[in-house]
Amino acid sequence: MSEVLNFHFDVDHEDFTSAGQASVQVKKNLRQLGLPPEIIRRVSIAMYEGEINMVIHAGGGTADVNVTEDYIEIILKDHGPGIKDIDQAMQEGFSTATDTIRSLGFGAGMGLPNMKRYTDYMTVQSVVGEGTDITMRVNIN
Amino acid sequence: MKISTIKELLEADVICCEEELTRHVYSACGSDMMSDVLAYVKDQAVLLTGLVNSQVVRTAEMMDMKCIVFVRSKIPTAEMIELAKESGIVLMATKKRMYEACGILFTNGLVGNRVKNV
Repeated sequence: MSEVLNFHFDVDHEDFTSAGQASVQVKKNLRQLGLPPEIIRRVSIAMYEGEINMVIHAGGGTADVNVTEDYIEIILKDHGPGIKDIDQAMQEGFSTATDTIRSLGFGAGMGLPNMKRYTDYMTVQSVVGEGTDITMRVNIN
Repeated sequence: MKISTIKELLEADVICCEEELTRHVYSACGSDMMSDVLAYVKDQAVLLTGLVNSQVVRTAEMMDMKCIVFVRSKIPTAEMIELAKESGIVLMATKKRMYEACGILFTNGLVGNRVKNV
């Protein structure tokens, strides 16, 4: 598998109920490629948290998943409000989510920390008022 | 612990995927906050929750969980049932409250803290 496989998704912000569809599809695609279940689970969870974040905070965005010989890369881009203080946002328990989001089971301040926990590499670039780009990688070997 | 044993212990009604009751689970997690559930990998686990929306099933799917028990007689929506069927996740509902349901499973040997950080 020397070529890079790319999966692109538009993450819709309209419907919280359908959030996570891209992650489900990625999980299916990675299974078809025969990757180890532990790797698939880590990629799926990290992407799912990112997808939920894009839906509840940023009005949707795009997700690209690149599968290389050595790692799986997830690139999330949105044009939401941006993150004022990334270090603070990375702390477990910190959240700006509304009570409505909390009542749906999210907004516990675990999203970004979970994304970091399950990946081998993660960068967050954000400009307030312009949006947020997140790149994550999970090593295959 | 077999999923069928969980059904008996919690006097639960199976909502879908009854054919999967012979499968085993090795750990459990009780929470209404899905990001807390997603924080720790658990192998072949059961999720106990009082939360009812489709993200509960998606969370279980991402975690490769085998069974979701809705406590306090909560009933999942038709959409949730469809999602669970697609992934072969057993859904069941019990009248017991979260604390009691978790306690019953724990005292019968399903220890919840068999978790590992990745």
